[in-house]
Amino acid sequence: MATLEIRDLHVTVEADNATKEILKGVDLTVKQGETHAIMGPNGSGKSTLAYSLAGHPKYTITGGTVLLDGEDVLEMSVDERARAGLFLAMQYPVEVPGVSVSNFLRTSATAIRGEAPKLRTWVKEVKEAMARLNMDPSFAERNVNEGFSGGEKKRHEILQLELLKPKVAILDETDSGLDVDALRIVSEGVNRVRETGEVGTLLITHYTRILRYIKPDFVHVFSGGRIVESGGAELADKLENEGYEAYTKGGVSA
Amino acid sequence: MAEAQNAPTLGSARAGGPPPAGSTTAGAIAVAAESTVATRMSAPPSFDVADFPVPHGREEEWRFTPLERLRGLHDGTAVATGGGLKVAVDAPEGVVVETVDRDDARLGRAGTPVDRIAAQAYSAFEKAGVITVPKETVLTEPIRVAVHGEGGTAFAHQVIELGAFAEAVVVIDHTGDAVLAANVDYVLGDGAKLTVVSVQDWDDKAVHVAQHNALVGRDATFKSVVVTFGGDLVRLHPRVAYAGTGGEAELFGLYFTDAGQHQEHRLLVDHNVPHCKSNVVYKGALQGEDAHAVWIGDVLIEAKAEGTDTYEMNRNLVLTDGARVDSVPNLEIETGEIVGAGHASATGRFDDEQLFYLMARGIPADEARRLVVRGFFAELVQQIGVDDIEERLIARIETELETVSGSGR
Repeated sequence: MATLEIRDLHVTVEADNATKEILKGVDLTVKQGETHAIMGPNGSGKSTLAYSLAGHPKYTITGGTVLLDGEDVLEMSVDERARAGLFLAMQYPVEVPGVSVSNFLRTSATAIRGEAPKLRTWVKEVKEAMARLNMDPSFAERNVNEGFSGGEKKRHEILQLELLKPKVAILDETDSGLDVDALRIVSEGVNRVRETGEVGTLLITHYTRILRYIKPDFVHVFSGGRIVESGGAELADKLENEGYEAYTKGGVSA
Repeated sequence: MAEAQNAPTLGSARAGGPPPAGSTTAGAIAVAAESTVATRMSAPPSFDVADFPVPHGREEEWRFTPLERLRGLHDGTAVATGGGLKVAVDAPEGVVVETVDRDDARLGRAGTPVDRIAAQAYSAFEKAGVITVPKETVLTEPIRVAVHGEGGTAFAHQVIELGAFAEAVVVIDHTGDAVLAANVDYVLGDGAKLTVVSVQDWDDKAVHVAQHNALVGRDATFKSVVVTFGGDLVRLHPRVAYAGTGGEAELFGLYFTDAGQHQEHRLLVDHNVPHCKSNVVYKGALQGEDAHAVWIGDVLIEAKAEGTDTYEMNRNLVLTDGARVDSVPNLEIETGEIVGAGHASATGRFDDEQLFYLMARGIPADEARRLVVRGFFAELVQQIGVDDIEERLIARIETELETVSGSGR
């Protein structure tokens, strides 16, 4: 069973000619089939956690370990992490002009699966996955993220999640900027992947709204660069009613 | 991407946002401004090299060009070697291929040399080539002109003329090593359709400076595709003017500038007749230390050219540090009675965020770069319309990319 183990992770970032520590000792274990929600106020370091796990060059790991099935993730390049089974659905996916969605998806699937998917079954697979996400077939001919609306970008991220079938999926504020219809469609996509039982999900969010559609097994409150409280789904209800104030005003010292 | 995009508002001139380091992207719309296409040149157009001063490098039309690498083409010290450059023409039936003397009346009708090297070429060539497609002749196979350098220095003149309603595709393919200064005239009769693909696939040491003059007849269609890969220094000056209303010109260009190479494309579309169209799209990728690409796009809409519709665009993709782009679109409008006029110039880096996104989907760095560059050029490659040239081009892009991925990121 695939397991992502994060131990005492410390991460810094260079900003304004100064080194700033963003993550200050994160401990978390995500197992296949589990869904963990990480909730926290703006600036708490949630997205830094997501990008550090994926290997973004902007972030420097200064301490701790990350293991995926016992393999040292921090030693891997960004593409190696993806091929090992890590997937990051990005909050702000970038435009890649000149590269069509269909070309991008096939190149990516070929890299992840280790061989080019058979054309006939692949076309069908993509078409069906797009239909489930209410994406028009013409979408495949557009350039990656170029001129996409916020909702289209997120559906495109979830389309990749469905096609690439990672072991661990990190969803970085996938719900932000979505209207209720788009949120429902995107959540259903995530749930289809979860129902296979083959993916561990790390759902990073600022709002509790998405948790009405995607039921987490665990909820963690993130503040000041670390997890300050963990619980079950009921913790989300508490946050819904009380907000993050208790965690940001020094109510909890971890 | 730093983008300079200007709407053709009369009386306004503005440049785009700050360009990335190592490149300049300037843009301006001049309306009766002091600096115009004509006034920026050192001397008025002339067929006589003596009418042009020897450039010293600070003139507007020479300021981007490394004169010391021109092998004397600009100062009269370059001497034709008589041999060392082979030209072979392969033309389908119905096409007339001639070699003519300097006094042939068909030479120099499409345009006059505008700088010293073009005038030098016109003053120094001994025999000229003339290819004629008679009126109403529609070719199904391209005319191929193979220009192969064997280390010589040459001055050349070539005329390609299409009679009324003739249709032809011409491929001019430059390979090998040479120092070449040339003028190429394209004369299109009424309703003619000409596509010219000029491929600069020179060896590393070659120097090639040429002025292309197209004179587009009434309701005629001219399409130029310039593909520049090789050479130490390539400086091309494609120019278009119209001989009658309803003419259309499409100028496409694609260049891949490597370490140490200087590739310069200077365009002028002179809307001197009403109701004509022009569309210019040039795209270049650069990689390596001291790779230098220059693009100058001048479009002039003369006062009488009402109903003009024009757009020009230059895009550059910088793949590594150390490369430099100078991109200067310039639109000069003397009448407001037009259909449309616009220009855009953008120089972007294949940036870390794009690379991260593609790698986060399992795609290795070198393949991610290939994906982006292939995509960048795809729309232009499709414009060529000559299968073997398209295939060669795609293969050449792949080879170029292998050099950069081999050198690491």
